[in-house]
Amino acid sequence: MVGEKFIRVLHIDLTAGDIRTEEREDLMPYLGGAGVAAKLLQENFHPGLAPTSPKQPIVFAIGAGTFIFPVLTKVVATFLSPLTGEYGESHAAGRLGMAMLMAGYDAIVITGRSRKPCYLAITDRDVNIREANSIWGLLSEETGRIIRDRENAGGRASGRRSIIRIGPAGENGVAFASVNVDTYRHFGRLGLGAAMGSKHLKGMSVFGERPLPIANPRQYFKVYREIYHKCVFSAGMRKYHDLGTPVNVKSLNKLGAIPTLNLKAGRFEHADDISGEAFAEKNLVRKMACAGCPVGCIHIGMYRHEFDKGQEYEAINVTYDYELIFALGSFLGIRSTDEILAIIQDVEEFGVDAMSVGVCLGWATEALERGIITREQTLTDLRFGHAAGYIKALGYLTRGTNEFYRDLGRGSRFVAEKYGGEDYAMQLGGNEMTGYHTGYAATVGQAVGARHSHLCNAGYSLDQGMKSFDEDKVVDDLFREECDRCMATSLVMCLFARRIYDDQTMLDALGAVGWDLTPEDLVTIGKRIYQTKLQIKRALGFDPRQVRIPKRFFETPTIHGVLDEGTTYRMIGKFADKADALLEEDLS
Amino acid sequence: MPYIINPKGMNKCLGCLTCVTVCAAVNQESHSVAKSAIRIRTTGGMTGSIVAVVCRGCQAPACKEACPAGALLPRPGGGVTLDADLCYGCRKCVPACSVGAVNFDRETQKPIICCHCGICTTFCTHGCIMMTEVREESGHGG
Repeated sequence: MVGEKFIRVLHIDLTAGDIRTEEREDLMPYLGGAGVAAKLLQENFHPGLAPTSPKQPIVFAIGAGTFIFPVLTKVVATFLSPLTGEYGESHAAGRLGMAMLMAGYDAIVITGRSRKPCYLAITDRDVNIREANSIWGLLSEETGRIIRDRENAGGRASGRRSIIRIGPAGENGVAFASVNVDTYRHFGRLGLGAAMGSKHLKGMSVFGERPLPIANPRQYFKVYREIYHKCVFSAGMRKYHDLGTPVNVKSLNKLGAIPTLNLKAGRFEHADDISGEAFAEKNLVRKMACAGCPVGCIHIGMYRHEFDKGQEYEAINVTYDYELIFALGSFLGIRSTDEILAIIQDVEEFGVDAMSVGVCLGWATEALERGIITREQTLTDLRFGHAAGYIKALGYLTRGTNEFYRDLGRGSRFVAEKYGGEDYAMQLGGNEMTGYHTGYAATVGQAVGARHSHLCNAGYSLDQGMKSFDEDKVVDDLFREECDRCMATSLVMCLFARRIYDDQTMLDALGAVGWDLTPEDLVTIGKRIYQTKLQIKRALGFDPRQVRIPKRFFETPTIHGVLDEGTTYRMIGKFADKADALLEEDLS
Repeated sequence: MPYIINPKGMNKCLGCLTCVTVCAAVNQESHSVAKSAIRIRTTGGMTGSIVAVVCRGCQAPACKEACPAGALLPRPGGGVTLDADLCYGCRKCVPACSVGAVNFDRETQKPIICCHCGICTTFCTHGCIMMTEVREESGHGG
């Protein structure tokens, strides 16, 4: 709790309807965010039970500086991943971090399963489990609107509350179902939506008006002002506002690193047509920011949808980013911005992770081409470049229309193990690949990373900045970055701002709100958090040495050429050795 | 000449809430958005337009007229200042303001009144809110 020496945890048991709070001094060594969320998951999880068992916990945690300093905007969710079966961690911002801070909860732990569909209404005054029978089955946007109308605190909540919710995919147990946060942000990866759905939990509204006095106003505002200016006047941050992350479409295509046509290639002949520049010219209508971020990277695109014949149109606004353009664009051969936005719209409304669903559909398209699966199973023509088929398939997948789509909804690793085509089911550690076929660091990094995300250790960035390849140095750099990012995400930093918050800036910010820490402490905290995640992964049976990487990763050239299989597995082994050593360290 | 806050560029607003944060920090020594004299909200969900709810610096403020304690005093340039010693927390100023800009502080049981210090405009990255110079005799009504 800001200004206090404890972490305030709200526990909600949906089976019993019990609600209680704890003030935990012993969680302070984990700082907040990823640290506290991982530790609370470790305390509450059940390794022998399925990720969707009612007993499994879902944890949300804000960080030591969430909303108090610029770009510390995020909330970390931890859970057991219905997709990978092991450690689940996903980050989102919107207004959720601010709302949790204002409601007075550093962390929320949800266990049990409600007998009937429900949503949670959390404020600084009370916590209620509300019935949600009438909204179960509704799409994401309408769900948000209904909860917003019901939980408005007499109008005081407007602009100060956060509403998260799942779509039909989460209700139906799609293993990579997402959670929509305040319409334009998401807990996307690893299936938090399915974890919520398994608890009959449709959504959560958070609002509060706590007074939160500043202990040392002069020192605080001095540090705040310095960080604010770094954010606003940094060229590195500016690009996130201007074209946004889609600026990467052209640059990664030029490097030959944008996964295309199920990673048959690293360049897309229509890349210019789906570039950040193309979206800005044709579709961009608005930019927005998460609460506490003066940068504003959220890009909203509009497309015109003909919902009926006879000049019957509606304007639809959806958010777009590089990752969505890769997964639902180049990866599927979709060559127009309007078609990508139309696919994103359904991804949003049904509530699935854009990257996982795009990569799964890429596998299905190629599997159909090769005759491993049939048109009778896919129910529609899945062909690269044909958006209409993918839009139909999204509906079948979300509803689990037949056995094939129910299998596809368990992820590319599962479906390829059952039907074949494992060599081109583009997952790493069970999580579908991200938009960077850049080299060894990206591939190894996602395979071994705690949450099998490109954001665990930023291998994609390492590959792009590397002058010459040194396998041991890459492993060392990945490992150090993984630890450093555990520290950064305990604040909780938006990782776009990684370079704004150097060690001294983190110490200044933490110092201004009462933490007396040294540079060595930052290293230890990062290692302590990563060690906790590794303990969870080990308890769940994850062994990096058992990871098997699809052959296509070794066939399609990266910016460092074609990857050597032996080198890749050797690097994974070296990383695993370092992880084993960290597990033995005494960091208490 | 005195100045008042003018949110005339809200079409450019990102909804970052920096103005809210700095207002509460500087004027109330608080991290709380509930302590800010400026509020940023939408016209209905995140897909709605973003608007600023802030004192418009009325020359004849309805909040002042509604105050039975005489705790709201005219401010040069428009708006009011609060004499906290006179205020006894009746809340009549809150509904009196037609733009809803009087925020009531649950903790102190007093209204939070915008002093038009302009710190919010200093930290507005997009020129959504700015300071406007006013001639007292030509200010807008209340």
